[in-house]
Formats: sequence, C-alpha cells, structure tokens
Amino acid sequence: MTPLLKVEDLAKFYGKRVGCAGVSFDLYPGEVMGIVGESGSGKSTLLNCLAGHLAPDTGAVWFDTRAEGLRDTITMNEPERRMLGRTDWAFVHQHARDGLRMNVSAGGNVGERLMAVGARHYGDIRMAAADWLGRVEIHEDRIDDRPTAFSGGMQQRLQIARNLVTGPRLVFMDEPTGGLDVSVQARLLDLLRGLVREMNLSAIIVTHDLAVVRLLADRLMVMKDGHVVETGLTDQVLDDPQHPYSQLLVSSVLQV
Amino acid sequence: MSEYNFAYLDEQTKRMIRRAILKGLATPGYQVPFASREMPMPYGWGTGGVQVSAAILTPADTLKVIDQGADDTTNAVSIRRFFEKTAAVSVTEATGDASVIQTRHRIPEERLREDQIIVYQVPIPEPLRFLEPSEVETRKMHGLEEYGLMHVKLYEDISQHGAIATAYAYPVKVEGRYVMDPSPIPKFDNPKLEMAAIQLFGAGREQRIYAIPPYTKVVSLDFEDHPFEPTKADHACDLCAAENSYLDELITDDQGSRMFMCSDTDYCASRRRQGHVGVKGTVFEGSAT
Amino acid sequence: MISVENVSKSFTLHHQGSAVIPVMENARLKVEPGECIGLTGSSGAGKSTLMRMLYGNYLAASGTILIGDTDVAQANPRQILELRRNTLGYVSQFLRVVPRVPTIDVVAEPLLRTGTPPEAARHQVEMLLTKLRISRTLWHLSPTTFSGGEQQRINIARGFAYAFPALLLDEPTASLDASNRETVLELIEDAKDRGAAIVGIFHDEAARERVCDRQIDVAEFAPVSAS
Repeated sequence: MTPLLKVEDLAKFYGKRVGCAGVSFDLYPGEVMGIVGESGSGKSTLLNCLAGHLAPDTGAVWFDTRAEGLRDTITMNEPERRMLGRTDWAFVHQHARDGLRMNVSAGGNVGERLMAVGARHYGDIRMAAADWLGRVEIHEDRIDDRPTAFSGGMQQRLQIARNLVTGPRLVFMDEPTGGLDVSVQARLLDLLRGLVREMNLSAIIVTHDLAVVRLLADRLMVMKDGHVVETGLTDQVLDDPQHPYSQLLVSSVLQV
Repeated sequence: MSEYNFAYLDEQTKRMIRRAILKGLATPGYQVPFASREMPMPYGWGTGGVQVSAAILTPADTLKVIDQGADDTTNAVSIRRFFEKTAAVSVTEATGDASVIQTRHRIPEERLREDQIIVYQVPIPEPLRFLEPSEVETRKMHGLEEYGLMHVKLYEDISQHGAIATAYAYPVKVEGRYVMDPSPIPKFDNPKLEMAAIQLFGAGREQRIYAIPPYTKVVSLDFEDHPFEPTKADHACDLCAAENSYLDELITDDQGSRMFMCSDTDYCASRRRQGHVGVKGTVFEGSAT
Repeated sequence: MISVENVSKSFTLHHQGSAVIPVMENARLKVEPGECIGLTGSSGAGKSTLMRMLYGNYLAASGTILIGDTDVAQANPRQILELRRNTLGYVSQFLRVVPRVPTIDVVAEPLLRTGTPPEAARHQVEMLLTKLRISRTLWHLSPTTFSGGEQQRINIARGFAYAFPALLLDEPTASLDASNRETVLELIEDAKDRGAAIVGIFHDEAARERVCDRQIDVAEFAPVSAS
C-alpha cells in the first residue's frame, strides 16, 4: 500500500532557532496521527510546513495525488499546491474565525470550496451545504445566518463542514478543540471521530490535550524543542511512555 | 491655456499612463498598477478617468463626458470644462460625434464604433475586494485564476434576495481569463461591454488601470440555475417612448407620481428630435429648433 | 495462536532518579486455539502488565510475543492496529469511550471496523445486549453514565461482538451478579468452542476453574533481581 503522506527529514529554522528538524514519518489512508508537545515544541510549525503554509528549509512532503501518485508538495508549483489545499486537503484552524469568512453566511462558507472547484449550480451548492450543516449538527434553518451569530462550538463545526464538503483525503487540524467548553469538546470529538471513520479520512492533529489524541489518534508523535522524541501507538505512548519528556507530559495531566 | 501643459498632465506622466494602458490592452481585464497623480479634484470625482483621458487625448479629439448617462450633471460639466480649459479640445454631447467619451456609471445606448474610445471612472477596481480584504491575496487569486470567491458573493445574493441582486458593478470574466469589475455601470449595460470601441478603466485613488480591447469576449458571471439577466425598469421612456434603453425614475410630486425617462440624455433627446414621443413627452416636442 | 517467549519488561522512571524497575523476566506461555489460560499471582505480580504487553499497550523490553503471525514486541503501530482490528480482542476493566456515543454504536464499533454490514452488525449487537440483560431503554444512551456493572457488560459485549481468534480478558466477571456472570462464562465457553485462544485474569476462583484449561502463575516470571 502507498502511504498517503510521506514526510522525509523535514526541517524549518527561524534564523538559528530550530522550528522543527529531522521529522520523517508515513501516514496511510484512514490513519489519524496526533502530534503532542508543549507550546513552542514545533508542532504548529511542523503542521504548517506539512500543509504548505510555511516553506520548510529542507526535506520533502510526498502526497499521493489522485492523478499522478506521489508528488513532493514542497517542490510542486503554487497553483497545484493551492489546488490541493481546496480539494484533497483540509485545514481546521484552532480559531474558527481564522478558517471561516465571518461576513459570509453559513451556506456560503460551506459552498465556497465547491464553487472554487467549479460548481456553478446554485441549487446543488445549496443542497450540499444544507446536507453538510446537518452532518455537523447545525440546523438547516441557520444556513443563511452568518457565523458571527453562532456559538464557538457551532463555528468550529461549521469550519469542519466547510473543509470536508469537497471530500478531502487528508485533514490537518490545529488544536481543533482548543478554546471550547469541555461539553462542546466532547461533541466535536465524537463528530470528528465519526467523520474520520465514515469518509476514511487521514488526519494529522496537533494538540496539547492528551485526552483528545487518546480518543482520536491511532498513532502519536511527541515533540520537544523542534524534535520528535517519541513515536508509537497512541495508547502505548500514553500508558508506557519511554522518553523522559513523554513521561513528564503524561504525568503532568491532571486527573479528574 | 498656455499656463498648462496639453491636457494638464506633464508628458512624462502621460507616457507612464500610456504604458499602463498598453499593458492593460495586452492583458484584457488585468489591473495594471500605475503611479496615479494628484489631480485638481477630489478622489471619487473621476481622478482615474481624467488621467486616462489626459494621456490619450490629442488636439484633434472631440470629447464627450457623461455622468450616469447625462451630459449636464455637475461631474460631467466640470470634467468637460477641465479639458476645454487645459487641452482646448472640442466637446460634444452627441455620442456619435465624440472620439473620446469619459463616463461615470453608464455606457451610452448608441452603439460605439471602432474609431471611438470610452474611458470609465472606477471607484474600486478589485471585484474580489468585498470578500477578501487582503490585496496580496486578491492578486494571488487573479494570478492563479482562483475565482470561486466571486461566486460566493453571487451565492450570498441569491440566498438573501432570492435572485442575484447585484444590479451594478456586476462582475465579468474577460476573454476567459481575468474577472473584472466593469465599474458601477448598471448590469443592463454589461452586454454592451463586447463592443467595437476601445474601453479603458481608470481608478485614481486605487492606482489601477485596466482595459478591454475591441471585440473582446466579456461574460457576466452567473449560476446555471440563476442565469445573468440584464434588467431595467419594466417601462418605456415617458419622454421618447424608447422600450430598450436604461431608465431613470423621477418622483414628480408629493403624491408619489413618477415618470421614467432615459438615463442617456443624448439618446433621449435625439429620439425626440426624430419625432418619437413618450406618454408624458408631448410637451417638449416643439423645441427641436 | 498466542506464543510468548523470553519476554522481559522494566520501567525506567526518568523523573524519579531514573530508577529502573524490572517487573518481569523470561515470561513465556503458549495458547492454542480453543484454549483458555488463566493468569494467577498476587496483586502487583505482573498479570496486567503481561496482558498489556500482549495487547501492545506496553512495550516489551525483549523477547517475542507472537499473536497469529504478528510479533507484537517488534510490530509497528500500523501492524498492531491491524492485529487489534481483526485478530486480537481485549475486554478491559475500564470502559473508555467518546462521551455521547450511544451504547449500541459503542458495541457495534469492532464489527463495523472489520467491514460487517451495518444491518448484520446491529442484529448481532442487539442479540448480545439482550443476552447480557442490558435494558433496551439504555441502548440509545451513552454508557458513560451507566453503573459499574452495566459498563462492565458493555465492555464484554464489545469484546465478544466480533469473533476474534484471540481474546484477552481482564476480570470479565468482576462486579457482575450471578446470572450475568453465568452469561459471560457461557460466552467465554462459546468462544473457546469456536476456536478462540484466550488469556484471562480471573479473581473469581470458581470461574477460573470452570473456563481455564491451564493456569500460569506470573510469579514464575518475577525478575531475579527483584525476588
């Protein structure tokens, strides 16, 4: 089986400071990988390099494109990369307002990616938008409301609908449950888990919330100071961490 | 007259603007940045159009200036006088007699010819601006032909109003490539954008010039199930009885009585001279001489 | 089906003076299809640790843990996930699920993951829940709010929904009343009959005697240095 994403020796430096370095891994279709680490550990830098938002200094990010198989997305030209960004890739921001158009209705937000890939039938676009609002548990009668009228949890669900409407194969998520109430988090996690399974999505989730990765991620990567210090099966890394830093991370979680 | 260089602008500036115009004609619909000059009138009064006109005028030209179709409104009159004073060109109100027409918000009803140039005054040249505030991003979108966002605007229109409610500055795609704001002309005028004359667009404050060469394909954006419709008031001109010209609505008394008349004053007047009479237009007929 | 050889395990506590705590040495066991092995030993002897290593939840320091053709001690995460999906079931003492997911979906998950058609999966799940006396009114509620005994039975239903060729049972009959205990023991016996290889921890001695073909005292695997 070909990996969907193949990362080779990726590094990004900010001057002399290491953003992330020496990162290599494979991600297969349907697999969810969590990246954990504290603020400044390089996990967001890594995610942005993978998603094409930041240009890494070295390394390759191979993606199994539909048309031509594995292509290095770092060296591919910008139009192609941006096209991937609105078709096979999705990016869920921590703050919904970074990923939504706040002055466009919910339906328009969901429909944008469809229109970006050439949908030109209003009725079809609207139907797809309504369907996706339903799938993320937003009532259809909110379709013409702007996200500014939505709660934080609803905004985040809208962002997910907007991203998944084109049936992407790889989703990048940056702290998708950060900043939400605990009860809202649970609902979102459940939703994400269902969608990942249903659509056979591959996902890379950056978070500092170990409970989130335990529920969502198959595999885990622990980062510290820009380097990957431990990788493995999620429950194995959380229950039997080997690296000193992983042990510290796991033992620092408050029990409820 | 002698205190001014011909048409107010210095020759260097005119050359710079002509280069921008040529570049615009070579890449139809593409917004060419140019070093817009301070003009002796406020932004919003047509500083972009005036600079374009100044760069293309020759002493042999005949200039017509219209504002919302009319030759006799403040903006049109002052720009016309500006060029009379600084370039001493002859002026006209007759569309057919003009070699250069500067316009704000209308295209004349009379079909333009190959030997004419029409110059549009443009307030906001970027059609994507209302949804995407970043200039870096909109330039990238044009560069990569990522125009999905334009349809989001039309989608929003339909979802809120049941139909595409954008009535002016209706976005078009030029020669299958650049999406362009045709300036705030009513969408009734959009089909006329495919014409024999050269069309130049100038935005002074935003420092952009763009152009449509003669006979260029210009398509108004729409949805398959909500096709583009060039709309006008469902009425005939009350003065000249024209059925197919763009109309202004005029409230005539405190009881809400109203009349419709051609927004293109030259078109209306010439029809009346030819003897066409609208339902309320009888009064005026005799004054043709 | 399950073959453990020469397995050892120690924990290194980097933040407590880098203390190395050996917990197991030279562990070995073999389970044939249709066989059930009971792990015995006092509390802290390493029964759960061994179970967790079998499941790939703890890393073995050395040795081989063959489950079918997969060496869990060497396998990469993808292989272990594959193993857990199709071969190796685990009934733990704790129910760990996403809040809000209805019981019926929690139990159906292992079936759906292996490609069972939803209709068939649903049928199977309803049968199991009925058998385990989970009131029909609870089926569409999340098990997170259920009593300990109910949660335990949901765990069992989840473990037995799909016919895993290998099963790990951690105290499957704890906190169950007599009739439910009987049902669970029957489920275990049925699993053996269809050829499942089972490793279990049973504090319930009578249950252990009834279902286990052999018993292994994990004290045998105590590290020499620690004894």
